[in-house]
Amino acid sequence: MKRPFKTRIKTLKIDGIDVGAREDETLLELAQENDIFIPTLCHLEGVHDIGGCRLCLVEVKGTNKLLPACMTYAEEGMEVTTNSERLQMYRRQVLDLLFSERNHVCSVCVSNGHCELQWLAGKLGISHVGVPYLYPQLSVDASHRFYIYDPNRCILCTRCVRVCDEIEGAHTWDVMGRGTDCLIISDLNQPWGTSDTCTRCGKCVQVCPTGALFHKTKAVAEMEKRRDFLPYLRTMREGRK
Amino acid sequence: MTPRTEKLEPPSDDKRWRIVQATMQRNGFERDGLIETLHTVQESFGFLDDDSLRYVAASLNAPLSQVYGVSTFYHLFSLKPAGKHTCVVCLGTACYIKGIPLLLKEIENEFGIKAGQTTPDGQLSLMTARCLGSCGLAPVAVFDGQIDGKVNVHEAMARLKALQEGDNA
Amino acid sequence: MLERLEEIAATEQLFAEEFAHTVNVCMAAGCMSSQSGLIKEAFDKEIERGGVERRCRVRGTGCMGLCAAGPLVTVDSQTPDEVLYQQVKVEDVPDIINALEGQPVKRLQCSIDIPFFKRQKKIVLENSGIIDPERIEEYIARDGYSALLRAITEMSPSDVIDEIVASGLRGRGGGGYPTGLKWTTVAKSDGEVKYVICNADEGDPGAFMDRSVLESDPHRILEGMAIAGYAIGASQGYVYVRGEYPLAVARLKTAIRQARRSNMLGSGIGGTPFNFHVDIRLGAGAFVCGEETALIASIEGKRGQPRPRPPYPAEYGLWGCPTLINNVETLASVAPIVRNGGEWYAQYGTATSKGTKVFALAGGIRNTGLIEVPMGTSLRDIIYDIGGGISAMGECKAIQTGGPSGGCIPAAYLDTLVDYESLAALGSIMGSGGMIVMDESTSMVDVARYFMEFCMTESCGRCVPCRVGTVHMYNILDKFSRHEGTQDDLVLLEKLCDMVRNTSLCGLGQTAPNPVLSTLRYFRSEYMDCMIPEPDGAEIINETLEVAQ
Ligand SMILES: Cc1cc2nc3c(=O)[nH]c(=O)nc-3n(C[C@H](O)[C@H](O)[C@H](O)COP(=O)(O)O)c2cc1C
Ligand code: SF4
Ligand code: SF4
Ligand code: SF4
Ligand code: FES
Repeated sequence: MKRPFKTRIKTLKIDGIDVGAREDETLLELAQENDIFIPTLCHLEGVHDIGGCRLCLVEVKGTNKLLPACMTYAEEGMEVTTNSERLQMYRRQVLDLLFSERNHVCSVCVSNGHCELQWLAGKLGISHVGVPYLYPQLSVDASHRFYIYDPNRCILCTRCVRVCDEIEGAHTWDVMGRGTDCLIISDLNQPWGTSDTCTRCGKCVQVCPTGALFHKTKAVAEMEKRRDFLPYLRTMREGRK
Repeated sequence: MTPRTEKLEPPSDDKRWRIVQATMQRNGFERDGLIETLHTVQESFGFLDDDSLRYVAASLNAPLSQVYGVSTFYHLFSLKPAGKHTCVVCLGTACYIKGIPLLLKEIENEFGIKAGQTTPDGQLSLMTARCLGSCGLAPVAVFDGQIDGKVNVHEAMARLKALQEGDNA
Repeated sequence: MLERLEEIAATEQLFAEEFAHTVNVCMAAGCMSSQSGLIKEAFDKEIERGGVERRCRVRGTGCMGLCAAGPLVTVDSQTPDEVLYQQVKVEDVPDIINALEGQPVKRLQCSIDIPFFKRQKKIVLENSGIIDPERIEEYIARDGYSALLRAITEMSPSDVIDEIVASGLRGRGGGGYPTGLKWTTVAKSDGEVKYVICNADEGDPGAFMDRSVLESDPHRILEGMAIAGYAIGASQGYVYVRGEYPLAVARLKTAIRQARRSNMLGSGIGGTPFNFHVDIRLGAGAFVCGEETALIASIEGKRGQPRPRPPYPAEYGLWGCPTLINNVETLASVAPIVRNGGEWYAQYGTATSKGTKVFALAGGIRNTGLIEVPMGTSLRDIIYDIGGGISAMGECKAIQTGGPSGGCIPAAYLDTLVDYESLAALGSIMGSGGMIVMDESTSMVDVARYFMEFCMTESCGRCVPCRVGTVHMYNILDKFSRHEGTQDDLVLLEKLCDMVRNTSLCGLGQTAPNPVLSTLRYFRSEYMDCMIPEPDGAEIINETLEVAQ
């Protein structure tokens, strides 16, 4: 949803540091350029943002609404705080909620040690989950020749949906239902292996932040994802424009 | 992708597909017309089955998963056929505080179905609505499309049983 | 063109005067569900049988307001006062016809000399229950479309916006955003193509104002939209109507057809170069589609999921074009404002909230139905005077306003003068205008649970706090309603409320905790009563033992 800006330079402050920005840059991009860490989960470089996980929320002086850094554009004179006590508390609560929603028993997960959710929990200092687990029982889809989809580990970030649509152009995945009944599905809610649209490119598996999508051959804690994959996507996308 | 210009062959020669085609054509076979089209399918066939979803997706050049995602997002779309008779109870605030939960429970007990389900004999579907906008007459229920205000549990139950038995007899 | 309108109006007037009596039967959804359709048929037959066709006619009209006493029938005999009959049955029809020349039928008569009618100030509802919504001539006969013609022939777009700004009108969809300001922003946004959207999704349970306006006076919305289109530079409008409102959709369709035929919509309206087309888009049962970005997604044929704002639709809306989204009631106020001037409108209401507001009264109140009062009327006047007081035995305990985004105002604050700010100060909101009166038998914990269940099932699922947070809050409230709450639950509940309110993506999540917060604020003791009794000494010892093991 980037607007066709004429490039103009804005100056603003992030965590007290003066930074200069093009006006088509988001606060997240700016922070990353300046080595300021803002946690993210639904953001994926190279595909459009949805602002869904709410981990990247930041405070901006003059408004009492918290704004998602991944979708907020730089503006002249902004004063941004990325890491207040309050933000940290909310971020921990978001992770709490994600852990409680499905079944995240890390010790038996293929992504143990390579999972973004797990890594963030460590980074943000979560030692225990403060809300009861909901534990829905969802069935695992192992029908695909190469990959497995385990909805019990899915955090509904929709990275797979966006990468499959915007980069691969297959649009095999989408979200069905609403609210907490949301579920990532392939085609007409059919086993992934029977999908006519999937090209088996594996992009969705690479970008899934958790152990919800993984290679068939991987056992517990073996599923490491190719992170160098992401900049590649971005280049591809820019080539498409 | 550019929308197609000519119609695709429908799944069967059922005349109702023509109405569906007309809706899609009115929207220039654009994906924007997806919800309108699903409304038409639902009105014509009573529910959305896999065949119709595939047909609509193909005609509008829309991904299957997107069509499925949209169909399951909106509560008025149903992927299963409804029973011969329907009862919709309003769950709006006014109906709620005027005792609709009682009626709902009574129906659930009597017919052994929960909201959103159909009796095994296919006679009765029980549905709920968020608010029918007739709060002035709360509590409200709709029996086979007939809206009824100030419903009373006993009368409603009698009516439902009559509907069911009337057909079985 | 104005002359043509006057001509239509005059013809209509003459036509009406041909009849000594006019029987009006309410054909809005409320009365229709108590079979007013059959009653109208019975009148038609009776008049034919009695051979009084030439002197008496029957019309179906829109909502007369007092839905509780429906089906409603009025008889207008060209005398100053019309006669109102309530709870009319088919058997009563001959009596009413026989009484045309003489005294009204006493047993059915409802006095119109009661506060319910006398204390209202009707602007939005000025035609409701008076005209036949399916005939454009009747709308025109009551000055309909004159505001549109005046705007496009005598005023510049910025003149129109100036009137709206002067009126002080604020959005009736819940937020209360100044309408004039919104129009200015959209007018200034760059873009060849712009859109006007009328938000008729009315998802709040307990609200039926928009439905009633659409059913009773659909042309008013079309006129308001066309004026808005002229002011901001749009030539296409959409009305997004709930799929649950088939009658409203049918009437709107008829109205659009008639307006097009009369050249009040379409190309070259009234002989000017101004074009404006209106199409209907149907919702399909998703509350969140009332949120403006979700509504736009839904018109585009997608899942109705909101996106973060900014950019606001005023800048980046339908298909990326600048888009004006206004509520039904907001747009219904536009024509009278343009016709009578912004200052005329601003004389009603309070310092910050101008004009009148339509409220839907429901719940434990005697006169359930639809009313329109100036902003700044006290809750007490609305409930006890206009509303006729509480229907069951007992007292008013609380008033719920704003639906699932609002709160419960306890009876102690009945003297509050209603406007956007005063309700917000009490922890509720004006919302779209649903007012549900709760008497002493209502449990506040149960009410909070009810609304949380609503938000939980209506959450679109896009953002984490609302998707998962509402489930946890619901589970806790459910525990309380089973009298199994604990102190820890209460702490967690309040924590979740704070988090969901501050971190959710759209208004649904941001306001979902409101019913909980307001009931906790005013009825905390009820939550306390729903807790497991404090364990006595023995149990505590047991617990420590278990831990020690
Ligand atoms: C969850 C949610 C539901 C809403 N539902 C409605 C609705 O049913 N009708 C409506 O007019 N506005 C609704 N709104 C408000 C709209 O987003 C929007 O603010 C309004 O239509 C603007 O019109 P106004 O300025 O005339 O009030 C809703 C907002 C939210 C967050
Ligand atoms: S493997 Fe590729 S084509 Fe198949 S679902 Fe994943 S991203 Fe889409
Ligand atoms: S499957 Fe993975 S990428 Fe897809 S939504 Fe779930 S967690 Fe995200
Ligand atoms: S707050 Fe709720 S309804 Fe709004 S975007 Fe988030 S999940 Fe969807
Ligand atoms: S990364 Fe910004 S909301 Fe998820």
